[in-house]
Amino acid sequence: MLSSGSSFAKPGHEAGPPLWLLAELTYRCPLQCPYCSNPLDFAQQGAELSTAEWIEVFRQARGLGAAQLGFSGGEPLVRQDLAELIKAARDLGYYTNLITSGIGLTEARIAEFAEAGLDHIQISFQAADEEVNNLLAGSKKAFAHKLAMARAVKAHGYPMVLNFVTHRHNIDNIERIIELCLELEADFVELATCQFYGWAELNRAGLLPTRAQLERAERITHQWRDKLAAENNPCKLIFVTPDYYEERPKACMNGWGNLFLDITPDGTALPCHSARQLPVQFPNVREHSIEHIWRHSFGFNRFRGDDWMPEPCRSCDEKHKDLGGCRCQAFMLTGDASNADPVCSKSAHHGVILAARQQADEAPLGLGDLQYRNDKASRIICKA
Amino acid sequence: MTTAILPKVPVIRRGFRLQFEPVQNCHVLLYPEGMIKLNDSASEIFQQIDGSRSVGQIIVALRERFPDAPGIDEDILAFMEVASAQFWIELR
Repeated sequence: MLSSGSSFAKPGHEAGPPLWLLAELTYRCPLQCPYCSNPLDFAQQGAELSTAEWIEVFRQARGLGAAQLGFSGGEPLVRQDLAELIKAARDLGYYTNLITSGIGLTEARIAEFAEAGLDHIQISFQAADEEVNNLLAGSKKAFAHKLAMARAVKAHGYPMVLNFVTHRHNIDNIERIIELCLELEADFVELATCQFYGWAELNRAGLLPTRAQLERAERITHQWRDKLAAENNPCKLIFVTPDYYEERPKACMNGWGNLFLDITPDGTALPCHSARQLPVQFPNVREHSIEHIWRHSFGFNRFRGDDWMPEPCRSCDEKHKDLGGCRCQAFMLTGDASNADPVCSKSAHHGVILAARQQADEAPLGLGDLQYRNDKASRIICKA
Repeated sequence: MTTAILPKVPVIRRGFRLQFEPVQNCHVLLYPEGMIKLNDSASEIFQQIDGSRSVGQIIVALRERFPDAPGIDEDILAFMEVASAQFWIELR
C-alpha cells in the first residue's frame, strides 16, 4: 500500500486517534429496512475487501490507537470469513462488537464466534410486535428468529445490546419494546429514533414521528429508567432523539475525522457512514495506508478545524460546541456541505426542518408508502 | 463510608475488559461500544481486581505499594462503590 502523496493535514490541528473503527464488511443483507443507513446506490459499489485486506486494515488502525471494532454492514453474517476476522481482531487487542440483525445467526455460529474471542453481540429489532417487525424487515420469519437468537446470545454469556430503530409506526409501543428487552435480559437497550440518512432520508415523510409521539416515548423511557435504578437492574436504556426536533445541531461524530473511522465494503474510508454522498474525494485502503488516510488525506481533513465554516457558524460563539452540526445533513438539505446544519435555528435553511415537522403532524405517509431497501430499488433510484 | 464491603470480592462485569492502550498511554475499561479512560489511581485499583481478592485484601496490597498516600482506604472504598453502582464490577 502506498503511504506517499501530498498532505492535507491542517497546521495547528492535531487529530485524535481513530478510537472507533467500523468495518462495514458487506452491503449484502437479507432484510430490506426502509431506514437503512447504507447509501442509496449500495448495489453499484465495488468489490468487497478480501479477508487478508480486512486484517491488514485492522492491524494498521490498531497501531494508530483504534480499540473498539464494530463488524457491521449490510449484514456482516453474510461474510463466511467472519469468525476468522473476529479472531484476528481480538488477537490484535480490539474489543470486538458484532452488529447484526440476527438473520443468519445460529447457535453453532454463536459458539464459533465465542471461541474466536468475540466480546459482544448487538441485535437489531424492527419492532416489538411480530407483524410490524416482519413487515418492516421485509421477511416473514425475522421476528421469531431474532427472539431465539437473543436468548442464545445471553445463554452463551455474551453481553447483549438490543437496538430498536424507532419511528412514527412503532414509537408508540415503546413500553412493549422496553418490556421485551428486559424479558430478553439485554444489558443495554438502544431506543434510537431514525436518523435521516440514506434510505431513511428518502422515506422521511413516512418515518419522522411527531413531537408529541417523541415526548411521550421519552417520558416513558425516563419512568422505566427510574424503575430499573430502584430495582438495581443493570440494564441501561439509551434514548436517541432525532435532531429534527432540536434548535441546535449535534456535534456530529464528535467532530470530523476526530475519533471515528469507517471502512466501507470496497475499502473506501469515511469519517462517518453516510459521508460517501458528499462531493468530497475519499481515500481507499487499497491505495493508501490508514496512517496516510487518517492524518493526511484530503477527505479526512476537509472539515477538520473551523476555517471551512461560512456564516452563521463562522462568527457563532457556539461553533466549538456543535462544530456546525452534520455535514451530510447540511449537504442533503441545503446543497452545500459547508453550510450550517439546518437543524440550527440560526440557519437560513431552518425552514426545511420546520416543514418536515409540520408534515409529520399534518400529512405523513403510511407504512405502505415506504420505499424498502433492496437491490432492485437501489438500481432504479441510482440509475446513472 | 461503609466498611461492610471489606470482605466482598470484586469481579469485573462480564463483557467488560481492562486493557492498557499504548497510544493513549493509559488503562481503559472497554465494554459494548464504549470505553472509559482511567486515571492512575482507578487503574491501580482495577489491576488488583482478580476475582479472588477481597476489597480488604486489595486495600492492604495497595497500602503496601503506596505507603505515603494519605486516605487510601477511603479512596478505594469510594471507588468500589462507584464502580459497582455503574455496574462495572460486581461485589460478590
